[in-house]
Amino acid sequence: MEATIEVNGLRKAYGSTVALDGMTFTVTPGRVTAFVGPNGAGKSTTMRVVLGLDRVDAGTALVGGRPYRSLRTPLRHVGALLDASALHPARSGRDHLLWQAHSQGLPGQRVDEVLTLTGLADVGRRRAGGYSLGMRQRLGVAGALLGDPPVLMLDEPFNGLDPEGIRWMRGFLRALAAEGRAVLVSSHLMSELQDTAGHLVVVGRGKVVADTSVADLIAAASSDRVTLRTTARTEAMTALARVGATVAVTERDTLTVDGLPADRVVTVLSEAGVPFSEIAAHRATLEEAYMELTRDAVEFRATEVAR
Amino acid sequence: MIGLVRAELTKFRSVRGWLVGCGIAVVLMVLLAVVAAAGTDARVGGPGARAELPRASDGTPVLDGFTFLQQPLAGDGTLTVRVASLTGVALRPPTPDEPVPTEREEATPEPWAKAGLIIKDGTTPGSPYAAVMVTGSHGVRLQHDFIHDLAGPADARWLRLVRRGGTVTAYASTDGAAWTTVGSAPLATGEMSAGIFVATPPHQEYEQFVGGTSVVGGGAIATGTFDNLTGPGGDWTMVDVGADDSPNRPEGTSTRTGDTFVLRGGGDIAPVDGGTGPKLEQTLSGGFLALTVLAVLGVLFVTTEYRRGMVRTTFAATPSRVRVLAAKSVVLGGVTFAVGLVAATAALLVGTAIRGDNAYPADALTQVRIVVGTAALIAVATVLALAIGTILRRGAGAVAAVVVLITLPYILSAAAVLPAATADWVLRITPAAAFAVQQTVPEWPQVDQAYTPAFGFFPLPAWGGFAVLCAWTALALAIAAALLRRRDA
Repeated sequence: MEATIEVNGLRKAYGSTVALDGMTFTVTPGRVTAFVGPNGAGKSTTMRVVLGLDRVDAGTALVGGRPYRSLRTPLRHVGALLDASALHPARSGRDHLLWQAHSQGLPGQRVDEVLTLTGLADVGRRRAGGYSLGMRQRLGVAGALLGDPPVLMLDEPFNGLDPEGIRWMRGFLRALAAEGRAVLVSSHLMSELQDTAGHLVVVGRGKVVADTSVADLIAAASSDRVTLRTTARTEAMTALARVGATVAVTERDTLTVDGLPADRVVTVLSEAGVPFSEIAAHRATLEEAYMELTRDAVEFRATEVAR
Repeated sequence: MIGLVRAELTKFRSVRGWLVGCGIAVVLMVLLAVVAAAGTDARVGGPGARAELPRASDGTPVLDGFTFLQQPLAGDGTLTVRVASLTGVALRPPTPDEPVPTEREEATPEPWAKAGLIIKDGTTPGSPYAAVMVTGSHGVRLQHDFIHDLAGPADARWLRLVRRGGTVTAYASTDGAAWTTVGSAPLATGEMSAGIFVATPPHQEYEQFVGGTSVVGGGAIATGTFDNLTGPGGDWTMVDVGADDSPNRPEGTSTRTGDTFVLRGGGDIAPVDGGTGPKLEQTLSGGFLALTVLAVLGVLFVTTEYRRGMVRTTFAATPSRVRVLAAKSVVLGGVTFAVGLVAATAALLVGTAIRGDNAYPADALTQVRIVVGTAALIAVATVLALAIGTILRRGAGAVAAVVVLITLPYILSAAAVLPAATADWVLRITPAAAFAVQQTVPEWPQVDQAYTPAFGFFPLPAWGGFAVLCAWTALALAIAAALLRRRDA
């Protein structure tokens, strides 16, 4: 089976509330695709639709070219973690995986393999109700890996993880993608996916706002902003303003120039004979780039909440 | 599907609380059997002591007492008589001031008062016989071996019994000229007693209303007037068969005026009703408790998945939700059937061991039927609970629905809280109808008594009541399946 998730034109409304509004994107194998957006943007709903759990009013969701519901033993094709707390607290972690294995015709031995893989081998026979949120996340990932699927879909797997756990999860996701799997990971905190995601699907208000590689996005968000260090602050501002740039003072000797690429800034200052000691193209963090993108799409703004 | 069943079985066995629940169901059932058996202990030797009663050929305890005017009948022969009249009086219940009951001014016979011809193997109570008779309000009947009853013409007054070899054939006629055959009954050859008889069951009025029951009753005396009597020949002698000192059993008398004979007396020739005495199914009276505990498990088996969101994991693993429902039903039905079988068997054995066989008799097949039936009742009711839990998705609401549908109707009916007529209907239309699988006492068409749920008589037969439960379960499963297909998980 091809390791892809293809989501095309999903629409879904709960009464008058629109949850999905033409959601369209594709997840390709070999890299981690970050699925980000503010709460309520439609990330979880989209994942439930892909898994055949929720119906849509329009659109299709295919896994490896097939609708999920047509799969006989779906966990062998798609591994998913939707909600790490979705387990019976009195059942042991091992039994929680065992019933899933039985439902796919997988041997109990596979359960022990994924427990070891996720570092839960020692606690597998304890009641899952006693697990920390981090252990539950690992158990959820173990469940997703049961059928050794080519496609993985994880909803907020970083929730509740300590820094060590976050580092483990990042490495784990990268390794899974490097094996050629398609990995879709949702998060509302972009910073968690720094250095992990190769591709980015940003959603807001039920549709895709940006579908881009991480490198391109950062480059785009960083462009045309230059940090300039100069002792001749006034002269520099005058010269740059004359050619249409927006200049702001950030520190005593530091200016931020918007609307002019770095090489043009150098030319303008040289022609005007303004001295400067340092010039640097600003490089946005993934988080800044993401905030830039979703500024218009954030469903509940702080101001609205405050009102 | 096998993998799916294994998955659901793993789910069930891996929650310890559910296994404990199964154990509690067994314990409750045995506990109630002990209570029920101990409760009947006080009756040993009293009216509940069935062992002293004569028995029909199949072991049914019977009453065999009547006023008998008889001649010996060596081999084949014919008896004919006209029953000129059959009247009755009801006796007031005896009081300390009035130990011998006085007669009430009522001339209507009891519906099952009997006057007619009988051929009987001696005059010992319980011996085989064949009889044709006029009854108070059930027309002409041919009866033999206490448990067999065949209706004849409603208005005939002339009766005839013909004995040929091992068969007795009964005839009836309105004018003594044109005879119709009522039927025939087997009866051994050899010398027997033959003649005319009179008997009448005591008078009983039973009422059950919200808040109480009322029973009015007392002895009765029937008077039969006979003429045109022809028999095998010889002297007519009167025997008061099965006479006792009970105030409800007045002394039988016989007088002859020319060719007219008048017989007077009480007693009855009929099976004993099983309603009032100890019954074998009382050892299984904890069934409703076990059922309730297991039905709660049935509800939780699905509603906890909804509550925890685990149902998404389940349906992601198996997109065909109807198959999941089927697997859950199979696992739950199988497990609770096994638990019910263990509980019912243990309860029956423990109850019987404590009480002895001081109960209305039930043959081995009936015992198997009530034990397996109780297990099946519990299993199907638990699957019904599962379906209701799937429909409602909320544990509390589903448990309430199960109690209102199954447990309450049974308790209210069996404990005589509801009026008898209402109880009868409740046990026809609610899933509680399936408790009919526990009934051991038979209903006799030829015996009048309160055939109400309070006395252990269900309005539907065992299979019929069980079918009502199955219909409810099938309907609930169909609704649950339709909702599962339509709903977002």
